[in-house]
Amino acid sequence: MEELEKIAKKLRKDILLMLNMAGSGHVGGSLSCVEILVSLYFKIMRYNAKHPSDKSRDRFVLSKGHAAPALYATLSRAGFFPRGMLWTLRKLGSPLQGHPDSKYLVGVEASTGSLGHGLPQACGMALAGKLDRNPFRVYCLMGDGEMDEGLVWEALMSASHYKLDNLCVIVDNNGLQIDGRCKDVMNIYPLDEKFRAFGFHTISVDGHKFSELLDAFEEAKDNKGSPTVIIAHTIKGKGVSFMEDRVEYHGVAPTDEELKKAMEEVE
Amino acid sequence: MKATRDAYGDALVELGGKYKDVVALDADLAGSTRSIKFKKVLPDRFFDMGVAEASMVDISAGLALCDKRPYVSSFAVFITGRAFESVRQSIAYQKLPVVLCGSHGGVNVGEDGGSHQGILDIALMRTLPNMKVVIPADYNETYNAVLTTIDNNGPVYIRTSRMKSPIFTEGDFYFGKGKILKTGKDVTLVSCGFLVWYALEAAKILEKEGIDVSVIDMATVKPLDEDLVYDFAKSTKRMVTIEEHTIFGGLGSTVAEFLSENYPIKLKRIGMYDVFGESGSCDDLLCNFGFNAIGISYTVREWLKKL
Repeated sequence: MEELEKIAKKLRKDILLMLNMAGSGHVGGSLSCVEILVSLYFKIMRYNAKHPSDKSRDRFVLSKGHAAPALYATLSRAGFFPRGMLWTLRKLGSPLQGHPDSKYLVGVEASTGSLGHGLPQACGMALAGKLDRNPFRVYCLMGDGEMDEGLVWEALMSASHYKLDNLCVIVDNNGLQIDGRCKDVMNIYPLDEKFRAFGFHTISVDGHKFSELLDAFEEAKDNKGSPTVIIAHTIKGKGVSFMEDRVEYHGVAPTDEELKKAMEEVE
Repeated sequence: MKATRDAYGDALVELGGKYKDVVALDADLAGSTRSIKFKKVLPDRFFDMGVAEASMVDISAGLALCDKRPYVSSFAVFITGRAFESVRQSIAYQKLPVVLCGSHGGVNVGEDGGSHQGILDIALMRTLPNMKVVIPADYNETYNAVLTTIDNNGPVYIRTSRMKSPIFTEGDFYFGKGKILKTGKDVTLVSCGFLVWYALEAAKILEKEGIDVSVIDMATVKPLDEDLVYDFAKSTKRMVTIEEHTIFGGLGSTVAEFLSENYPIKLKRIGMYDVFGESGSCDDLLCNFGFNAIGISYTVREWLKKL
């Protein structure tokens, strides 16, 4: 657990630094999902970064593609590519596109960014796993604002209809979207009841507590006959006081001054 | 007489038998698109996604990312319109080998009316990088085109039709290669889909009046067979495109874009002039929009007079 906390700290610093160097990007929603990514890549998922196309690997799809910096920092720390590449984020010719692109970067399982498309792609992967009787698992991280997309609910229907118990959806429920609080912009709550009605095994956790996240992922593995959702209650901008729960920090990069303060706080 | 949609279903069965990674998806229209033929033979590899075209297309992307070869069908109007954003973000952007089949292309959908007639699909699919666009002329060409897709490593859109139409093409299908069906020196008719047959019939009428006509079956609208268009533009100096589609962005636009940059000649586009379709019988609709042999020959004749 302590080890995971340490990794989370390092990832937060990488995220802040790469965004500062890029000069643009999404900081709030990247910081809110760090513990979720660390749990998956450093404890839960089976994969070999040296053999990234192994057919039996567990797969992770970042449906909330704007949290790409968090995914890149994680993949690099997990050994998919050298850390030095992080500083090319959003630059011309970089495999680290503004939103994840499966064509250019090893470890990115599906291109995402336009919201709602990651989940159904993850469903397709889970369906392929069922078809091949290959026991890999598929994890899909969604944003709470993303739940506004009708496409998401089409995909949830399919996941349940085809009994994709090899699929685990995580909602990074930080409560904020671009135009304000989710409950004010488009009220999607109660999420747990909606997921239950769609046939999902539903778990709610504190998305920043490793103990709760790890337990939930294990519970999801044991659940048979239906897909699982983990509604992770998180804080947007987590770890940097002046960014926490602030809608202004959705789609901006930290300035040099903000970076200095933020790095001190994370440490 | 057979509908091109039947060739899609039949070819899919052959592919499914040969390749275990072939899977088929449909959005509650399996009977109409003919993917039901695959479902009957290989039910374990057929997935009905309900009336949810957008997620169906994304799910096919996920299957392709796990090395499956998805064949995805619905009406042309839905799979290219309703699901456009999924085709863009998940299929074309990732250059995945997914075959999208839009059945019920054109106004020959008939009585269901304008809400169900796919007349924008070619334009929509053609704008997508990596996407190939094919509108075969008859059963044989559709069958061969569908078989050919298995050797293709990117996305393909194939339009099929509801209406039964004559079977007249021969030989293999190659992406990006048009077929010369008739050679004449006065004007070249370039068409796609079953209207190619009507173009041939129109050519017969015009021949009797002393107009010597070339006819090209341009089943692949993208990539365009530029060499063929160039050669015939040079030899006949006049060209007419004929398609069951809006004149914006389809075969006519493709040919016009190429000619205007490379060999400007007189061009006439036969298609739908910024209008939607409507209800009616196939024959009445084809007549109404000038797509039958009499309509095509009339338009060509009058146009040539004005030149």
